[in-house]
Parts: sequence; structure tokens; C-alpha cells
Amino acid sequence: MTAAQSKLYSDDVSLIVVLLDTNPFFWAASTSGNLPFSNFLNQVIPFLNSLLLLNQHNQVVLIATGVNSCDYIYDSAEAGGRNSIDAANVAAISSTILNRLENFVTKDARLAKGSDKAAAGGNGISSLLSGSLSIALCYIQRVFRSGARHPEPRVPIDSCIVGPQHSAFLQQASYITGGVYLKPQHLDGLFQYLAAVFASDLQSRSFLRLPKPVGVDFRASCFCHKKTIDMGYVCSVCLSIFCKHQKMCSTCGSDLNQSPPDSTRVSRS
Amino acid sequence: MAVINMAVKYKTTVKEHGIPGVLKMMEDRFAFVPNDPRSAMKLKVDFRTIKGHKFSKDGSKQALLNLTQDAEKGVGYIFEFDNFSDRNVCRDFVGKVLGKFQSVTPSKPNEQSVPEKPAALSHVEQLSTVEMERRMKLLREDSELQKLHKQFVISGVLTESEFWATRKSLLDDDENKASKQQAGFKSAMLADVRPSTDGRTNKVTFSLTPEIIHQIFAEKPAVHRAFLNFVPTKMTEKDFWTKYCRAEYLHRTKNSVAAAAEAAEDEELAVFLKHDDILANEARCKIRRVDPTLDMEADVGDDYIHLPDHGIFRDGSKETMDADYEIARRTLSQDLNRHAAVVLEGRALDVELGDTRTVAEALARSKQESSSDLPDENVNMERLAKVSRMTEIDDLQAPRSLPYAPLCIKDPREYFDSQHANALKALGDSGGMKSINCNMSTEEVYLYLRRQISEVKTRGLEIPVIQPEAALKVLDGLNQHLSSTRYHLGKNPQESVLDRLPHRTRDELMHHWMSIQELLQHFWSSYPITTAYLYNKVLRLKDAMSQIYQKLQEIKESVQSDFRHQVSLFVQPMLQALDAAFAHYDAEQQKKSAKSGSKQNGILETGIGKISRSLANS
Repeated sequence: MTAAQSKLYSDDVSLIVVLLDTNPFFWAASTSGNLPFSNFLNQVIPFLNSLLLLNQHNQVVLIATGVNSCDYIYDSAEAGGRNSIDAANVAAISSTILNRLENFVTKDARLAKGSDKAAAGGNGISSLLSGSLSIALCYIQRVFRSGARHPEPRVPIDSCIVGPQHSAFLQQASYITGGVYLKPQHLDGLFQYLAAVFASDLQSRSFLRLPKPVGVDFRASCFCHKKTIDMGYVCSVCLSIFCKHQKMCSTCGSDLNQSPPDSTRVSRS
Repeated sequence: MAVINMAVKYKTTVKEHGIPGVLKMMEDRFAFVPNDPRSAMKLKVDFRTIKGHKFSKDGSKQALLNLTQDAEKGVGYIFEFDNFSDRNVCRDFVGKVLGKFQSVTPSKPNEQSVPEKPAALSHVEQLSTVEMERRMKLLREDSELQKLHKQFVISGVLTESEFWATRKSLLDDDENKASKQQAGFKSAMLADVRPSTDGRTNKVTFSLTPEIIHQIFAEKPAVHRAFLNFVPTKMTEKDFWTKYCRAEYLHRTKNSVAAAAEAAEDEELAVFLKHDDILANEARCKIRRVDPTLDMEADVGDDYIHLPDHGIFRDGSKETMDADYEIARRTLSQDLNRHAAVVLEGRALDVELGDTRTVAEALARSKQESSSDLPDENVNMERLAKVSRMTEIDDLQAPRSLPYAPLCIKDPREYFDSQHANALKALGDSGGMKSINCNMSTEEVYLYLRRQISEVKTRGLEIPVIQPEAALKVLDGLNQHLSSTRYHLGKNPQESVLDRLPHRTRDELMHHWMSIQELLQHFWSSYPITTAYLYNKVLRLKDAMSQIYQKLQEIKESVQSDFRHQVSLFVQPMLQALDAAFAHYDAEQQKKSAKSGSKQNGILETGIGKISRSLANS
């Protein structure tokens, strides 16, 4: 569903960590004119290659986000830091990625058999996005510790949403970290989106105009009806929000005995 | 500006009875018409001839207002009012008018660096110079405040007193900064009370100042007691101090034999040489009051005295104590400690250090008052209880299991999933909560995925990667998206509207916001309107608010078209606040006119009643 990336460094050079969502339930179900997985790969792999072309010191890391596990798929620094990309290299990179991806999917399938989660089936299965984000951030930290003299890494999270729904979490994550959030309309031109928007390095972003969503809704919503509210009641123990006065907090079970002026007295147990 | 009509008595001197009449004040002149049409004391005076005005304090016998023409001679028009509030209304009005006239005249050159204040300031309120200084200082330091002051007070919308009434905390702050700390005792006593020796004549001179005497009394309670007892009954003060100094000299020279001899001879001198028994008693009490449960472990690291090669080891076993005529051996450290203790206690006296006797008595009195009246019994009981508590051995206690309630927290996933739904609604997704319908089993989906991957492997990457038409479509869409200003443009998503406006506009908007706050504060505090003064104030405020309203509209229109929407959103709350104020004002006006209509009827009725009664009586 998503391909999120993180970028580093303050000049032209970038370290890009791409998180590829390989949730099979999503991909298998996304038919009816949407992007099949093979087309998706056909757009993403050239994008990764083009990233390596932009600057010879660029580094690309691909991490796959599965349902039961996450793993590194490709790391351009592994290969020994080849300086030039030519046709042979491109083919080699593609085949590496595809092979590793296939292995990963097989492993994920094996793990799925062992767990009970699969029995639930259907629309409850979510990808382990937090796991892959953790892997990515740890990798970035490790690179920084071992090498560069850059003081504080800036890690903006860009989100490219492929799928029918917006992702509230990624929207907020991109906004807070200063990244780009985009849900492309024309999926057959996905590569153009990726190349025009997501391939820009951090230094260029200071003078480029990138698409931004209309606004991010940070308002809280009440726990009882799930509607966004501006004013409400807050449990003093667990800080959960309610739109109407409640006798007992539904989250932590604490007794909210304070009676409001217009209600009758609650009998204490 | 309004016209004021007031029933007053006009007089030329304060002692006169005064001619009753009506005082009418307008913007540029005032007129007085006596009630008695035959009287010739009609007045019509231009405010320009009035140089200043004086008034009696609130609460004095007469509510007077004196409009002076010549400041030196004090000649002017004196009006007596029925009550102080009426007088204050007129006074403020006059103050404003005079302020207007006098601010028109060119200001003196040395006032240019100082924020401008109306010259009538010194007349309107009887301020102390300290107060004025504070206000000027505040105005100088805070440019925002100065701008507000200039805008409202100089133009006459608010008076000085109103402006500063809400800022009392700012004014008081300065006052409290000057802390009133007491000066403690100097340590000079320990070092400076050294006699000056005259080598030739064998004379030793001590000089004791009242300060030193005060200190001596504080630090040596035995000397203090001796003073109270001996002077002036047994000896004069001079003799007392002579003996004291003799004792000090003997002590200093550490001539113990001579000291013992003299002490044996002179009883009073012996007092100065003995141990201070008052101090000894106090020390004993303190030792008894020490908390035995105090954890001394914290001090272990600080104890350097018992380290080898540190300090002077004192073996007290060899010292013998005789009962009487015992010459006290005071060490410097004892003196220092005592001095420090007294300094920490602080100065208990506020008495002038002139007469020694009074100082001694006052000190004795204060000591009596401060001596602890706490019943020792209670203190002891508390201490015993605490000791017994602390000496409990934890291991031997029974396990104390307190009742606890297990924590039960709902699954947080439920909340986050609902957040997801909300965010989708907020983003205006027309699809809504489309759940992914997957009818295939787990194996099937994974199989599908793997097949897709192998398909790519066999087919290889497509060439071209993307069709030109698709790319063009995408680029067009992106460009359109970027050029529409509906979305947050700019590199930083946290940037606000204000930052992208020209500086001048932004500053103006902020200043208007502050002015509106100030005006609304005064406006809402004036309701309910009970006096004419408040009524006038509200009128003035309303005029100022309408002006700002106009200005805001102008700003909205002058801004560039792409910013207009955002600026109007920004300005919206300001306009709403002003609208609310105007609406309230209109509503109050309506209520008032409805009431006054019925009132007039009432007056007519009572008037008719009176006439009919008088007719009946006649």
C-alpha cells in the first residue's frame, strides 16, 4: 500500500531507505483497474536505479514490510560501492532485488502458516509498518555513527500512498518530520510521480515546491462516539476524552464521581 | 464629543456659598447659567483661556472643581458639585479638553526623547513623581505599550487613569524590586575592637561605637545581663565599659595569672572573665533537642576533621574545671561560631542605636518575647514517637499487603482504528471506509504475490518504463496542484499566513489586534452603565472601535488576491469580537430608550398628580 522513504544529508548526497509494503492481502485484492504488483515493481525498480544515477555517492536501501516480518531486500552499499551504473549493473540490481523479494515473501508465507492471525483473514491484516520504520531508523543511526561528520541527521518521512484510502498516520508523520505526502491519482504514471517528487534531495527541497495536502487534522476525537470534538471531558487518570459526562471511564475503569451541575447525584458504591 | 450639563454652584472663592445654576461644557467652551434668571452671573468662557484645573480630593467636605486661568495667582472659576461622581465626570471632560489644546502646542525639545503625555496629566491626577517616573519608564521600555498609549490616551479615547488601571501589576512590579533587606551585623567586632596602644604612655584605648555595643549585647548575653544589673545602680556606664575593656585586654594578652588576680579582687570584672553561663544553658538545651533519628551518614563525606593530618587534636581529658573564678578560655573558633549564630538570627531591634540603656532594655524585651513558649512536653512526646517509629526493624514486621485494584486498560487499537476513520473523513475521501474484501485464503494470496514477482523476473523490466502520455498527464496534474493557492504553499508546512504578508501589513494587523483587545477590555468593563461618565466612555470607545473596523476592512481589500481568503480568515475573529460589542451596545440602547419612554410617562403622571393635589389644596 505504501512506499515510504527517509533521506539524509544536507548537500546533494542522499541516503534513501525505501519501505515497500508487500502485504499480500492488499495486493491480491487490489484488482479492478488498480495497480497489480508486477506493474508496481516495474515502476519502483527503475526509480531505485534512477536514485543511484542522480549522484554517485547516493545510497539506496530497500526494506520490505510484510505481514509477519520485515527484512532488508537491497543495500547499494553492499555491492562494494560501484561508481558507475551501466546496463549490466541495472540488470544485476534488478535481479538481486527480485530474487530477494521472492525469498522474503516465501519466508513470510511460512511464518503466516505458523500463526493464528491468518485464520482471521480478510480486512484485519495490517502490515508491520512500525517494525520496518524501526529497522530503517536504526540503520540510519548506524550509518551516522560510523561515518559522516554531519551533526544532526534530518530524517523526513515521505509517503506515497497506493491504494484506495488515505493513511492518517503517515499524513501526520510526514507533516511532523517535514516530508512529502502524496496519493497519486494516475497510477499508470507512478514512476513520474516518484521521479518528480520523491527523488528530490533535501538540499533541493529548500527551493522546490512540492505538493502538500490541504491540511492535517490533529483534532482529538472522543472515545465513545469517535467524532472529533473541540471541547469535552477528560478522565484525570488516563486522559481519555469523552464528549459527554460519563460515570466511569471506559478505558481505565476509574470512577468519575464528580457530578456536573445539571445531573442527579450518583450513589457511591 | 458629548456636551455635559450639570447642576452646580458657582463661586469665586471657596468660602462663598455659591450661586446655584447649570454648567454646560462643550468641546471648546463652557457656559454657566444661574437658576435665578435675574442674576447677572452668566458665564461663557473659552477653554483656550483655561490653563489648568484643580479639584478637591474625593471625600472632602466640598466637591470642587477649579478652572484656573492663571496658574500662579490661582484665580479661576470654582464650581461646587452635589456629589463627587458628577464632579469627576466634569473633571475628566475638562482634562481631556485641556489635553487636546495643550498637546497641539509644540512640545519642548527635551521631551522629544520621552514618550508624549498630555500636559494636563499633572492636573488631572495628583500623582507622585515616583508614580509618574514609573509610568514613563514603562512606556519607554515597551514600545507596544507606548503605541497603545499614544493611540488612545493622546487622542482622548481613554483617560490616563483608565489606561493604567488595568496595568497595576506592571506598575507594582517595579516597586517590589527594591527589596528591603536588613543589613546584618558586621564581623568587624571580632577584629577591629583592638586597642590602640600608645607606646610612650602605656595607655590602651578602646573605641566602642553604638553598633559595636549592640553587637556585644547580642553576642554575649552575660555582659548584657551584667549591664542591666550594674548600670546605673552600681556603676556608671563608663566604668562598666572600662572594666569590660580591661577584661578584654587581659584576655587578649592571655595573661592568665594577672587575670586571675584581678578577678579575685574585682567582682564585676570577674563577670567578664567567666564563662558565659547563659550561653552554656542555651547550648545544653539545644543538645537536648537534637533529633536522634537524624541520618548522619550524609555528612560522612564532609567530615575532614578526623582525617589524619587535619585539624588540631584536642584532648579534653586534661582540662580541669574549677567552680568559681574560672577564667574562660575562649578560642577564636568559638567567637566566630557565636558571631555567625547571632548574624543568622538577624537583627531583632529597630531601635535607634543611641542610648545604650534603651538598647539593652529593648534587647532584653525582644529576647523575652522570642524565647520559645512551646511547651516542652509536646515537643518531647513528638520526638519520642518519632524515635519509636524510626527504630522499627523492617525485617521483623509482618508483611503489609495494601489493597490494590488491578489496572484494566482497553485495547488501544480500537482508538487508533477510529482515528483512522476520522482522518479519512477529514481528508474528504469520497471512498470512505472501503474495507478490502479479500476472499482468498492465505496461501492463495501469497501464491499470487510470488507469481507476480516471477512474472517480472521472466518478462524483465518494461521499456519504456512509462508511457509519454501518462507522464504528461501526471506532470500536468502536479503543476495544477502546485499552482493553486488553496493548499499550503511554501517550503515549511509550519509557516503561517502572517509570515508571507508584507511586513507593514503584518505589523498593522498585530497592532490592530492589540488595540481591539484594549478597547474591548474597557468596553465590557463599563457595563452595566450606571453613570454618565461610563456612558460617555462607552461612546468614545465605540467610535474608536468603528474606526478600527474600517481600517480592518481596508486592509482586507488591499491585500493581494491570492492572500485575501487567508487574511480574511485571520481577521475574522477580530471582526466577530467587534460585532459582538456593537450588538451589545445597540441592544442596551434599545432597552434604555424603551425604559426611558416609560419613565417619562411616569414623570408626567407624578407631575399631574402633584398639580391636581395642589389644586385640591388651594
